[in-house]
Amino acid sequence: MKRLYLTLAVWLIFTLPAMAGIDESINAITKPIADIIVNFVFFKVPIFGAQLPLVVLWLVIGAVFFTIYMGFVNIRGFKHAIELVRGDYANPDDKGEVSHFQALATAVSGTVGIGNIGGVAVAVTVGGPGATFWLIVAGFLGMSTKFVECTLGVKYRTENPDGSVSGGPMYYLSKGFAERGMAGFGNVIGTFYAIGIFIGALGIGNMFQSNQAYVQLNNVAGGSLDGFGWLVGLIMAAVVFSVIIGGIKSIARVTEKIVPFMAVFYCVFALIVIFMNFSSIPEAVGNIFTGAMTGEGVAGGAIGALIIGFQRAVFSNEAGIGSASIAHSAVRTNEPVTEGYVSLLEPFIDTIIICTITALVIGTSQVADPNFAGNAKGIAMTSAAFERQLSWFPIPLAFAGVLFAFSTMISWSYYGLKGWTYLFGEGDFGQTIYKLIFCAFVALGCIVQLGPILDISDALVFLICVPNILGLYFLAPIVKREMESYFGRIKSGEIKKYKNV
Amino acid sequence: MAHSFLLAVDGSEGSHKAVEFAIDQAKRSEAEIILAYVIEWSPYAFNTPEENENRHKRREEELEQAKKVIVSPVAAELREAGLTVKTEVQHGNPGKTLIDIAKSNNVSQMFIGRHGESGIKTLLFGSIAANLIQSSPIPVTVVP
Repeated sequence: MKRLYLTLAVWLIFTLPAMAGIDESINAITKPIADIIVNFVFFKVPIFGAQLPLVVLWLVIGAVFFTIYMGFVNIRGFKHAIELVRGDYANPDDKGEVSHFQALATAVSGTVGIGNIGGVAVAVTVGGPGATFWLIVAGFLGMSTKFVECTLGVKYRTENPDGSVSGGPMYYLSKGFAERGMAGFGNVIGTFYAIGIFIGALGIGNMFQSNQAYVQLNNVAGGSLDGFGWLVGLIMAAVVFSVIIGGIKSIARVTEKIVPFMAVFYCVFALIVIFMNFSSIPEAVGNIFTGAMTGEGVAGGAIGALIIGFQRAVFSNEAGIGSASIAHSAVRTNEPVTEGYVSLLEPFIDTIIICTITALVIGTSQVADPNFAGNAKGIAMTSAAFERQLSWFPIPLAFAGVLFAFSTMISWSYYGLKGWTYLFGEGDFGQTIYKLIFCAFVALGCIVQLGPILDISDALVFLICVPNILGLYFLAPIVKREMESYFGRIKSGEIKKYKNV
Repeated sequence: MAHSFLLAVDGSEGSHKAVEFAIDQAKRSEAEIILAYVIEWSPYAFNTPEENENRHKRREEELEQAKKVIVSPVAAELREAGLTVKTEVQHGNPGKTLIDIAKSNNVSQMFIGRHGESGIKTLLFGSIAANLIQSSPIPVTVVP
């Protein structure tokens, strides 16, 4: 065995320089593929001089509709959501089951990924400071979409004979439509969604994450990893492999426990940097508002900024994609709508808090020094903004980035797998094949450049919004009934608090 | 109504000393024994999606295992000694849950062994016995 390792090491040393070209050739292959998919999904219509992709319009209309239809549940349900997470309504008999807090924390660690660090920088670069405003608006409206999809996720989950729970859009789409006498249609869009999620998982929850983690690692290493994306990719793929195929659950468990602390650590230092840029804050905030209305310097003006803001917000908080409802559906509760309330905190934490903080770090740095980042894009730009004030920060940022990316990849491998097993059953062989494909894409993400990755990821993710939101429209009346009945019972005192009365 | 004692166990040797002591005390005062074991669990822990998916199943297994391996042998021992026994196995924070069980069963006294969990854990989080002494509204006897 030792000899094998040794041979492998020697072989690597001698062939490494020759292999630096691998990255380039793979890039050349993937670019045209990305273009085809993107043009198909992002069919654009010109509107006021901007190119509006129809899918973005589809998401915006959905989020606005659910916010109004549910009577601004994103505002009215906020306090109740916090009470639920705090455990005020937790039945003591359910101790040892998945609590609201746990379901939320698991979903959030899948959502809070490197998009919160790198994706925001992309939004600001392309959409100007005004994109931040629309990002926040999208997060706010997304809370209502999330409320609807997670309520449905719990309501229509399947409790398997062995006591485990499976839920998510594929289940609520097929069962919900069957209940409304449209079983055939439900099956079709349930299947469509399942295909979408297992393919989509390879983009947003995989390639984009490993790509940005590699970029930041290379950034910290001073560019010495240039051309060695494939090597970093292989290592990352090996770690993911060891967790999802090798069954080394401890790695996943440890990550799951560190990530929340990293998120807090990130936010605290981001606030410190914003505070260090104190004199730039008023102008940076002003830019966000004026940029939102005028879209100065952005292709397509205000509409252009809006499109970018919404696109990046959905990419980050996943509202409308339905993925989080897979994670939320494991909660123990007799009232599906309670998980809906809890889930609306997710876009709030992810987008309104974390993304906004990142945007302010970049925004205040831009005001102080318009060329602070040089040509850096994505996470490298965010890193440069931190570095301006805290020269040592890129290293912990790389560490946090790798962890965020990793926990998101683990969560998404699970989401994708759920889509896969929905279609092909629980067979071990099939699951292993899916997991192997997933690992291959982790490696690929480090090789391909950010542009095509974002294009493919965006396209795949938005593709699954179509069946999901379509289903949400049909099933929203059910959620509304549940919500009204539940609130009635809270008011009448039928549902009581156990704690903090 | 006959009065009752709460006896907390964790399967360790230290807790067995508490069992012997409690048998002696209960016999003398003709008390009923509430035999309790708490599976450490927090609603605020962070889990992977897979852990959540299987949580319900795992919980049942944990309860069954705890009853079979830890609680039943002790209950049999107590019954053999001629005592009336009621068992409680719950998830939660050990100290807090033991107090809750004690309160809901209206016990007059609690017994717990001094040495339960491992040294490092005690060093980090303090022992359950020490925790009980500080927060219990009911008299606690810590058996060395």
